[in-house]
Amino acid sequence: MLIKRPFDLTDNAVTDYALYQRRRDFLKTLGGMALIGASGLPLSAAAKSTFSTDEEQTPFEDITTYNNFYEFGTDKSDPARYASMMKTSPWSVTVDGECAKPGKLNLEDILKPHSKEERIYRLRCVEGWSMVIPWLGFPLADLLKRFEPTSKAKYVSFETLFDPEQMPGQKRNVLDWPYAEGLRMDEAMHPLSFMATGLYGKDLLNQNGAPLRLVVPWKYGFKSIKSIVKISFVEEQPDTSWGRSAPGEYGFYSNVNPEVDHPRWSQRKERRIGEFRKRDTLMFNGYAEQVASLYSGMDLRKNY
Amino acid sequence: MRALISVQIREPYFTKVFKPVVFALALLPLALLGWGVWQDTLGANPIETVTRSLGEWTLRFLLLTLLLSPLRRATGWVQGIRLRRMLGLFAFFYGVLHLLSYLWLDQFFDWAEIWYDIVERPFITVGMLAFLLMTPLALTSFKAAIRKLGRNWQRLHTLIYPLTALGVLHFWWLADSKARTEVPLIYAVLLAILLGERLWRWFAPRFNKTPVTH
Repeated sequence: MLIKRPFDLTDNAVTDYALYQRRRDFLKTLGGMALIGASGLPLSAAAKSTFSTDEEQTPFEDITTYNNFYEFGTDKSDPARYASMMKTSPWSVTVDGECAKPGKLNLEDILKPHSKEERIYRLRCVEGWSMVIPWLGFPLADLLKRFEPTSKAKYVSFETLFDPEQMPGQKRNVLDWPYAEGLRMDEAMHPLSFMATGLYGKDLLNQNGAPLRLVVPWKYGFKSIKSIVKISFVEEQPDTSWGRSAPGEYGFYSNVNPEVDHPRWSQRKERRIGEFRKRDTLMFNGYAEQVASLYSGMDLRKNY
Repeated sequence: MRALISVQIREPYFTKVFKPVVFALALLPLALLGWGVWQDTLGANPIETVTRSLGEWTLRFLLLTLLLSPLRRATGWVQGIRLRRMLGLFAFFYGVLHLLSYLWLDQFFDWAEIWYDIVERPFITVGMLAFLLMTPLALTSFKAAIRKLGRNWQRLHTLIYPLTALGVLHFWWLADSKARTEVPLIYAVLLAILLGERLWRWFAPRFNKTPVTH
């Protein structure tokens, strides 16, 4: 039986990741065997996570109709309208750079070794709104480790599909296409960093970044790159699309930080979609206990 | 500029029918927004939609107000000028609602935060400035004020040019860097045409004094 733990853990209360993973595997196996034993059916429900928040979840309708995905247009309603133009099958992901096992993998081969789990995360957009989304997927670290990054791999960069025929927004020069994002290796390997393939128990809709997208809940939403076709392990901090577009406004780190304003608006508050009054924005989007140590000694005003 | 066509609406109909219809149409955006809020058809973030829509309608009414005199010069439709005060006041009306939606729904009357916004954020600064400049125009739009101010009324009301430009700039600076300036650009181009026509009329006679060789 799974015991629900309070979300706000202190740093040393967080179980070492490897141990955590083994325990999870053990529990899953145990649970699976029990289920199979009892019903003769395989384990099908996604595992629940201690990283999940128990806050009220944003309605599916809002999550799937209010999107920033400039590949399909700059209006929030454009992705829901045009994202069906994107073909997500077949889909492949190229992995290259500083790793022992680069290659081009079919989506099926990417997903096969991973069991899906649910992560209910807060998502805070740099524009000042937020949602609570029940993602389905697997830890990014589990995926990255398969390619055996070398000691030279200090950063990992991601790219979204580039195909103006499928993504009409790319016909206009609103951003540097293809959309590119990146994480420092330790950020990428953090247990909160997540590869999502679904939400609300279903496969991702295209407007939410099908078939494979990143979710980094302590950073502004634009870091969580959608519809990934390329993963590169690199030695130098990679360029990002928004960083190239407006370096003074969108830094590489882009951690949610109520103390550091966007040049054009305050980040102290946010409107949770569906709520009337604004709520205070939390440091690292409320994940400070888990991730603050990644940035100890860094000036977060400079490294915005 | 010579009038190309000269259409006029017969008198009782202009005052009794046309003007009231324009008045009702000018209220339509507000009615639709209200309906949208009530029926919950404004999407996931209705407050943002309301605030932005009210701001855009402020700009639209300012541009419409500025359109009437060039329209008269181009078409000879002199009656349009008689809609100018009403459309200008509708610009102010939507401007007030836009400002209120910011003060209330965005900031919840947190005056310290609002002051910080005005001082620190250029797009809020110019938006506030545009509103401040619009206020005396609205307050002097009645007949007695026009009579009392005389020539100064004309001078005062030329403020509509800079304040509309500030309004467009407010919209422009709100957009993400390069990515979302397309719509503000449309407003900027329309404003440039309307202001350009006036500049042209002002400069052209001065140039024409020197003989032109063909």
